[in-house]
Order: sequence, then C-alpha cells, then structure tokens
Amino acid sequence: MTFLPEPLRLLAFVVGIIAFVALNAAYLVWLERKVAGHIQRRIGPKEVGPFGLLQPLADGLKLMSKQLLVPKGIDPYLFKVAPLLVLVPAVMSFVTIPFSENLVARNIDIGLLMIFAFASVNVMGLLLGGWGSANKYAVISAARCVSQNVAYEIPMLITVITMIMVSHTMNLNEIVMQQDGNLLDWYIFRLSASPLMPVAFLIFFTCSLAETNRAPFDLGEAESELIAGYHTEYSGMGFGVFFMGEYANIIIGCSLTTILFLGGWQSPLNMAADGWLAILGDGWWWFLAKVYFLIFCVMWIRWTYPRTTLWGLLNLSWKYLIPISLVNLLVTGAMIKLWPLMKTFLMGAS
Amino acid sequence: MIADLKSEFAPLAPVAIIETDYQVKGYHLDVEVGAGQVVAVAELLDRRGFFLESITGVDWLGKTPIANQVEAAGEPAAVADSEADAQDGAAEKSAEQMEVVYDYNHTGGELCRVVVRCRLERVKPEIPTICQLIPGANWHERETHDFFGIKFLGHPDLSPLLLPEDADFHPLLKDFKV
Amino acid sequence: MSDLARSQNQETFVLNLGPQHPATHGVLRVKLTMDGEYIAEAEPVLGYVHRMHEKMGENRTWAQFMPNTARLDYLGALSYNHGYVKIVEQAMGIEVPERAEYLRVITVELNRIASHLLWFGAFVLDLGGFTPLLYAFDDREHILDLLESVTGARLTFCYFRFGGLYNDIDDDFITGSRAFIKRLRKRMPEYHDLVTKNVILITRLKDIGILPAEMCRKYGATGPVLRGSGVNYDVRKNEPYSVYPELDFDVPVYSECDSMARYMVRMDEMEQSMRIIEQALDKLPAGPIMPEKVPRMLKPEPGDYYSAVEAPRGTFGVRVVSDGTNKAYRLKLRSPTFSNLSLFGEASQGMLLADALALMGSLDLVIPEIDR
Repeated sequence: MTFLPEPLRLLAFVVGIIAFVALNAAYLVWLERKVAGHIQRRIGPKEVGPFGLLQPLADGLKLMSKQLLVPKGIDPYLFKVAPLLVLVPAVMSFVTIPFSENLVARNIDIGLLMIFAFASVNVMGLLLGGWGSANKYAVISAARCVSQNVAYEIPMLITVITMIMVSHTMNLNEIVMQQDGNLLDWYIFRLSASPLMPVAFLIFFTCSLAETNRAPFDLGEAESELIAGYHTEYSGMGFGVFFMGEYANIIIGCSLTTILFLGGWQSPLNMAADGWLAILGDGWWWFLAKVYFLIFCVMWIRWTYPRTTLWGLLNLSWKYLIPISLVNLLVTGAMIKLWPLMKTFLMGAS
Repeated sequence: MIADLKSEFAPLAPVAIIETDYQVKGYHLDVEVGAGQVVAVAELLDRRGFFLESITGVDWLGKTPIANQVEAAGEPAAVADSEADAQDGAAEKSAEQMEVVYDYNHTGGELCRVVVRCRLERVKPEIPTICQLIPGANWHERETHDFFGIKFLGHPDLSPLLLPEDADFHPLLKDFKV
Repeated sequence: MSDLARSQNQETFVLNLGPQHPATHGVLRVKLTMDGEYIAEAEPVLGYVHRMHEKMGENRTWAQFMPNTARLDYLGALSYNHGYVKIVEQAMGIEVPERAEYLRVITVELNRIASHLLWFGAFVLDLGGFTPLLYAFDDREHILDLLESVTGARLTFCYFRFGGLYNDIDDDFITGSRAFIKRLRKRMPEYHDLVTKNVILITRLKDIGILPAEMCRKYGATGPVLRGSGVNYDVRKNEPYSVYPELDFDVPVYSECDSMARYMVRMDEMEQSMRIIEQALDKLPAGPIMPEKVPRMLKPEPGDYYSAVEAPRGTFGVRVVSDGTNKAYRLKLRSPTFSNLSLFGEASQGMLLADALALMGSLDLVIPEIDR
C-alpha cells in the first residue's frame, strides 16, 4: 500500500473502511437472523437468493423506499442528527484498527484513547434520539441507556488502563505485535502480566455487550416493554442508520477485544511459511476470523438469555465489575513490579 | 359450616335462607336479603373467610322472579305469573323487578358456596356497594352497572368497564332494543 | 390520584400501555401514571374485545351457544366447553357415560398443557428471552395435531356435547398421546435447566410481584395465582367433578407469593397433567360416548344453577337462570382472569415498569376471556 501517495492512500483506506462497515452492517443482519433461526429450531431467511443471501439487499431496498416520517413536535435538529451520531463515530474508529501489520489507515500512537473518545459519542446519539422523538417511551429508553452506558464505561476503561499498563503503549498495532508468537502469547493467556487476565477479558467483553445495548443488556430497546425504545419514531432509512450504527459498534467492540486480548492479526501457530501454507501465518484473515467468532458469541448470547432488570444491570456493574476490575488493576500493578523479581527467583531456584 | 352460617345470618333478618341441593343447583345456601343488609352480609362472609366469586344481575321485567323454595314445598317455583297465591314468601307479585346475585365461595375446609340475592325495583335500581370491604367487587359492580344500569351507591367510579366510555345504554335489559 | 403519586410531589406523566403492545397479550390498555421508572398508579381499561357473549347466551338455544364458549378463552377452550356442558347436565340430571368422562379429562388436560406451554413461551418472551417460545410452540404443535384429529379444530374446540362427546378417538390418538408425553417428559428438564435455573430469570422473578394470600382472597383471584400464594384450592380436588376423584394427582402449591412461585406452579401443573393423562389412558373404558336418550330440546327446570370447573387460568364459573324454555334466561360467565387482573391496580403501585410487566405476564392474561 506504499505505492500510493499519502492522501490517496488514506482516501482509499477510508473508502475501503466505509465499504467494509456497510457490507458488514448489511450481512451481520443476515448472520443474526440465521443464527437466531438455527438456535430457535428454524431456518431463518431462505427465500431471497441462495440461503437468503440477498435478504439484506431486499431489506435495504425496503428501508430506502419507505417514507421518512417526521412526527410533529420533535426537535428537528436533534431528531435528524441522532442516527448520525451513532454511525459516524463507529466508522471513524476504524481508522486506527489494524487489520494486519500493514493494513492500517492511520497508525496513531494514541489509537486506543481515540477509539474510546469516539465511542463515548455513541451514547449521545441514543440520548438525543430518545429525547428528540417527543415520545414518552423513547425518553424512558434514553434515560435507561445513559445510566447503563455510564455504568459500563467505567469497568471497561479500568480494564483498558490495565492493558495499557501491561503493554506500555496505546498504539494498537504495537499491542498486537507484542502478542507475537503462539497461542499462549496472547494477552488473555499472559498470566505473567496478571493472573486475572481471563477475568479481564470477560469483563471487557461483557462491558462491550452493555455498551452496544445488546441482549441481555438491551433495556434501552426492550421490545416487549418499550416497543422499540429510542428509535420508536424513526422510520425507513433513519431506523436503518441506527441499525447500521449498532452493528458497526458491535464490530468495533469485538475488534478491540480481539486486539487487546486475542492477539489481533497474530496466528495461533508460531510459524512463517511460504506458498499456500502462508495461510497459517499471521495475516488479516486471522483478525477477521477472531472478530467474527466473537460476533457469533455476541449473537449466541442474545438469543439464549432473557433481559436483566435495570437494578440487576446497574448492580452488576457497580457492585461486581468495578470492584473486580479495580482488583485486577492492583494485581497487575503488583505483578509488573514483582514479576522480574519472581522470574529471577524462579530462574535461580531451578 | 352451613348450620353455623344459618345461625349467624339469623340476626340480620334476611328475607329468606334456603339450603339447596348442591348436586343439582351447584351451591349450598341461598340467602335473600334486602338492599340495606347487603353490606352486613358481605362483612359477615368476609370475616368467615369467604371470597367473592362474582356479582351479576338478572332482569325480571314483570315476570315473577324464579326463586328457590324452602324444601318443604318439594317443587321449585314455576315461571308463570299467575300462580302468585300458590307461593309463600319468596315471590311477591310486584310490577317490575331486578335482582343482584352475589356468589361467595370458600377455599379452606369444607366446601360451601353461598348465594346472596337482593331484589330491586326495576325503575331505579340502587344498592349499596360492598367494594370498600371487598375490593374485588369494584370491577364486578361496574360490569353489572354496564349491563343493567344498577346503581351501586358509594362506588368510587361507575364508569363503563366493558362498554365504550360514552355508552348510555344497558344491553342486558330485557327490553333493550339494538 | 393515589397517595403515592401525590406524596411524591414530582412531575408524573401518564404512559399508555396501549391496546397495541407486545406485552399485553391481547387488546388490553393500561393507563400508567409514572413517576420516572416507577408506577404511581395503574388502571387497566377493558372492553376492546367485548362481544357480549352473555346476551348471545340469551338469544341462542343451549346447543347453539356451544361454539361461543370456545371463543372466550381460546387457549383453554375445552375447559370452557366443559364448564358449559356441565351446568346443563347438572341441571337436567343427564348422566354422562364413563368413556366420555375419561375422554373429556384427557382432552381437557392436553389443552391445559398446550395453554401452559404457550404461557411459558410468551412469558419468557416478555422478559426478553426470545428462544423458548419457539420450543414451546414446537411441543404445542404435537398437541394441536392430536386434538385436531379428534375434534376437528386446532384452537377453538367445540367438542363436547350435552351428555358426552361428538366424536370418539382412535388408536392413533392413544399412541400419539403417549408418545407426546414421553417427548415432553424429556423436554421439561431442558426447560428447567435453560430457563428456570437461569440466573437472569431468577433475578427477574424472585420476590417480584408479591401477592399475599389475603389480597388474592379480597380480589377473588383463583387458579395458579392463588396457588402461588400458598392457598391450596383447585376445583378438581376441592369440588370434584367428572372422573377426577378416581385419578391420582397432586396440586402444586408454592407459598412465596412472588412471580417465581406462579411460574413454578404452572410448570408443575404441566407435569401433573401428564400424570392425569397417563392414568386416564390406562383406565379408559370401552363404551358409548353419548347416553342413549338425550332430549332433543333441552329445557332445564326453572331456577338458577351454578357450576365451576378448573380452567388453566383459574375457576371458570357459569351461572345460569333458566325459565324452562330452550334458551337461557340469563347466562353469566365468571371469568377467572377478570378477577385476577383486578388486583393489578393495587399490586403494581410503586413497582418498576419492567417488574409490573413481569407480574402481568405471571397472571397469564387472555383478554377475550376478560372482556367476553
């Protein structure tokens, strides 16, 4: 990718990212419906195209052809800006995500911080959409979303701080490169950094579920209580943009989890090979495989568990996740100082 | 149980207390009271641990209300409105009557179903409410008011329950024309 | 406004859980006065499906009214059939042949299982678990197929006749029922593992929606609502009818009074219904399904009668005033869910919206039955 002059390279990447996000948003819907179908002992879409693969196209056409209803009494700016505030930050966050060693739009040194800065704008979108809709259900939903998002950002950020302490950098590509090697070098298994690493992974994954308002934390959108929550009043493509934004956020969440804990684009086998065996080496295919595996888990969880109550949700965060992540932080800090000593002790002893 | 109840009802001086054949009728005790005693009877049964199963009305519209006879007579009352002299006590040949029927049941111990009736004039039917004692009566009384126009004095909100909010007709009256 | 609403001294707003809503199974409107996420006052508004069955009962002959009974509670239609034929048989002294009684019990209990399965799926759906609904419907399909082969209908059965039934069963039905029971017996542990023991479900149901036994008595609540509050009252045991006295089954009673208790009562009731069906199939005698002489024109003796059966939702009572003609003079249908819902106004005060919906789901409402 170095043969293009810099601005053009960036442009190519951005176009590629938008295409990637759009394609994913469309086909993750298909995947969700198939996964849901098979978990529920039915097939899912199968009529439109082979295996229902053209279903997202049909859905897109349907959404675009619907009248964009703008109810009376809404706040015109907030109502129209809200869906964009959900979709655009997610797309922008992709700029720093390394798909492989060289496939990064912009390898920013504070990439991790930038992603979280953008992710916080997501909740603004939900709040404005709910408030601007002039619909009581939407307002309740927006209030719930805000309290949920605030509660779950905290353990997420504490866990990220822990990872930064371990990796000494906020550059995402470097974090992945530090997990070079085989399966056991991935941070999730790096018990020398902190014996609570797998717990940190679970906390981070749960928080990313809660941040994206996915079941079992989908109180904001609780279908059977609030009709459709913050996006009740949106029709046609307005709803479509919210939808795409939700899936884009899921991809970001899973990508971050992969990069921080599961080794990003690193292969689990420590080999450099040539020819067709190169597929077993590091590369963007491993990144995508891991991300899609996590997305599958996200969908799996959605269709298996019922919804938590508001108190259960907030209690889980404030009473369990935050203390555990703080303990993890302390333990990691201790291990960073103590591990070299322990290593010399163990080396000396053996 | 039934004998106890009969003795407890006695001081309230109901119009009639009849023990009925449960196998045929489906209830054990049939108590007829005047409008003023309905609350006292409800309070008595509530204290005894009964629950209210339903309240309903019957529109007699000039016919003689069919009632259970004390067992000595041996036959149930006939429907005709000309045999007034053959009956004693239960059926007055008054012009137009409506009836409110309360069904009470008991969950513990011996099974005992008590039916409490009250005859009202058809022109302006009014009866005190029992919903301050038994909250479950609230909706039953509203429904009876919907269907028959019986006014329950003291009821907090007699707006239509099943009929539309602005309904001013009472469908189950026998002279109701669609 | 209630005291709670006034004392809050804050802005409350009115939220309409409108007639169209995914959680109010059927067309029920609940006017909620909300204080933030808490309910200050809840007022159910009924009448959206009101069809005036009681007037129809007065304008139709006894036999012509049979199909109406199925349209009251379409999920437990056979129990309603049973309640209606029972009162006329009781009033006229018609003897029902034993084979018919056993078949009645078998079909009614199958219907009860089907109704509880649908309640199970819909209830967990309300709580956000989308999947058990489809598994429950899968099981329910088997029951509906069985019942369709005998009665000709899948939902609104009109199978009972005065004195017996209109169609006899065949061997396929018996083998099918036994196979179904075996299948459901294998499935119930799965439901319990995946749903009942799910931590999230337990948090959502335990200690939510407490309905003390005294409150249930004051409002006339019956059925699983009452049995979940510790009161052992089941019409099949306390006021036996049909051949229930000859069958051995337990009545599940839980005394915690919360939504979890009502949930467990219904799950256990499915198990007990399976026991009843097995015993009834074993004891099924040969014989006719209608008595030899049933009067063509049914004219019960003048007077009023009352009869009750245990429907899946509670005590279904029928009060009939007969004037000796071939039509009822007054037909009153006492619907169990009507009384069960009447306690929602008082019980939901001060609850969170999500908890109130869990309570409403655990009451197992079918609106056409409330509205009649």
